[in-house]
Amino acid sequence: MQWETVIGLEIHAQLATKSKIFSGASTAFGSAPNTQACNVDLGMPGVLPVLNREAVRMAVTFGVAINAEIGERSVFARKNYFYPDLPKGYQISQFELPIVGKGEVEIELDDGVRRTIGVTRAHLEEDAGKSLHEDFHGMTGVDLNRAGTPLLEIVSEPDMRSAKEAVAYAKKIHQLVQYLGICDGNMQEGSFRCDANVSVRPFGGPLGTRAELKNLNSFRFLERAINIEVERQIDLIEAGGEVVQETRLYDADKDETRSMRSKEEANDYRYFPDPDLLPVELDADLIESIRAAMPELPEAKRKRFSEAYGLSEYDAVFLTSGKDLADYFEQAAKVAGDAKLTANWVMGELSGSLNKAGLGLAESPVSAEALGQMLLRIVDNTISGKIAKQVFEAMLAGEGGADQIIEAKGLKQITDTGAIERVVDEVLAANVDQVENYRNADEKKRPKMLGFFVGQVMKQSKGKANPQQVNELLLKKLSA
Amino acid sequence: MSLERSDVEKIAHLARLSVSNDELDAVASDLSNILNLVEQMDQADTEGVEPMAHPLHMVQRLREDRVTEQDQRELFQSIAPFTEDGLYLVPRVIE
Repeated sequence: MQWETVIGLEIHAQLATKSKIFSGASTAFGSAPNTQACNVDLGMPGVLPVLNREAVRMAVTFGVAINAEIGERSVFARKNYFYPDLPKGYQISQFELPIVGKGEVEIELDDGVRRTIGVTRAHLEEDAGKSLHEDFHGMTGVDLNRAGTPLLEIVSEPDMRSAKEAVAYAKKIHQLVQYLGICDGNMQEGSFRCDANVSVRPFGGPLGTRAELKNLNSFRFLERAINIEVERQIDLIEAGGEVVQETRLYDADKDETRSMRSKEEANDYRYFPDPDLLPVELDADLIESIRAAMPELPEAKRKRFSEAYGLSEYDAVFLTSGKDLADYFEQAAKVAGDAKLTANWVMGELSGSLNKAGLGLAESPVSAEALGQMLLRIVDNTISGKIAKQVFEAMLAGEGGADQIIEAKGLKQITDTGAIERVVDEVLAANVDQVENYRNADEKKRPKMLGFFVGQVMKQSKGKANPQQVNELLLKKLSA
Repeated sequence: MSLERSDVEKIAHLARLSVSNDELDAVASDLSNILNLVEQMDQADTEGVEPMAHPLHMVQRLREDRVTEQDQRELFQSIAPFTEDGLYLVPRVIE
């Protein structure tokens, strides 16, 4: 039997507000436990949640970006369940009237095929705290700093047909929320989390029973977990079994999914409108002003990069993969005045060394401005591309700016024709045999033989002679 | 509409309320009466009436995104039964 995989994703994106969705406590990551959990977050009696304007603006921004219907009137509801990291016994979420309705995003697969994936809805809700199951004398520790952090839960249609498509969609949303500046996208810190609803069915048949996969905190795990779950479901059905609707946890160490909640605890959240919060109404002016202030989105930026800078499709895609990378490139290119050269350095030397050092772009020891200044010295012939690598190494090591390093290390390119000519003459005089061979050689073989002389001159000049001038002088003298 | 004892048991479990066996019938009857009242109200003609999410005909006020809360952990934890290293300790939950 041929099986078809059906996948829908639920993505939780923490919104990058300073304060929580319903309280004035800070959302900063990594503080001492419970120092950012105020009486509203703790669910103390008598407190009243008040909605954060910025969280609303960010949610609407996302909605506008995916061409979604924006709920001009949206309502908060209580989702009831008991868990220690949820002190109130309910999570404030949205149910019937979410802030963002139906929208869509386009994904592109490795083979260049484009597909449109439907977004069912996106709603605002509060995050829960964290339970620590290490042994505290047989008890569980609870840190509520995260409780009340604003989340945008983005629910897709079951439109994806493979793990690869699911990853492409997740990456697309990940890129989009960062471009919009509404989420930092940090998956390690849990700012961006994915759950996958996975089922299989005979091709074109009715939908099968789905399992919900949790704990997918990287794109690699998302792909692995889906593939493993699909295999499990097919094996189960082919052996005469039945898939049960349940939540399954992905275990990366064992590379397996396993059941997380028993059926007895089946979700029965008893949603109802939260009487502490009034309906939210958005006027058309607000939505219009958000539309007007929309930043350049990845697709548009990619197009502009290839047209305005004359970059290849590959380069444009690479450089617009993240907004921070795109900004870095543009800033450096502006200083250097040579987009193609800048693209090569950003994608090559810079990305390579950051990867090697395990650093993100934000932690780069070389700023965009500094890289631009260094590239400017290649453009204006102060240094050659080869010497530039030495300069760059020194910049990475924190030895200062390009000009400072070039000066201190005496790396300035020799462009004085007289000086280069002296070196060329020395090399020719020291290699009489090779000169003779060259002159007797066939035209076609000469370019390759010329390389020997260029190498010698560069070696003599410690790489500082201008390669173009060296070439010209050698050609002139050898053909004389 | 009338609720069975088993419905009451399920609702009580979801709400983490303990209802003793002796009370089940009485609670089932009380809750059924409330549902009957709702059923009665259901007969009112609401054609063309927009459902309300809140009894007040008002719109939610929004807060500026500013951190206004100070750390009051010590105060809050002074009434917690168990704490350690700044964490609230609760009976062990295992997934």
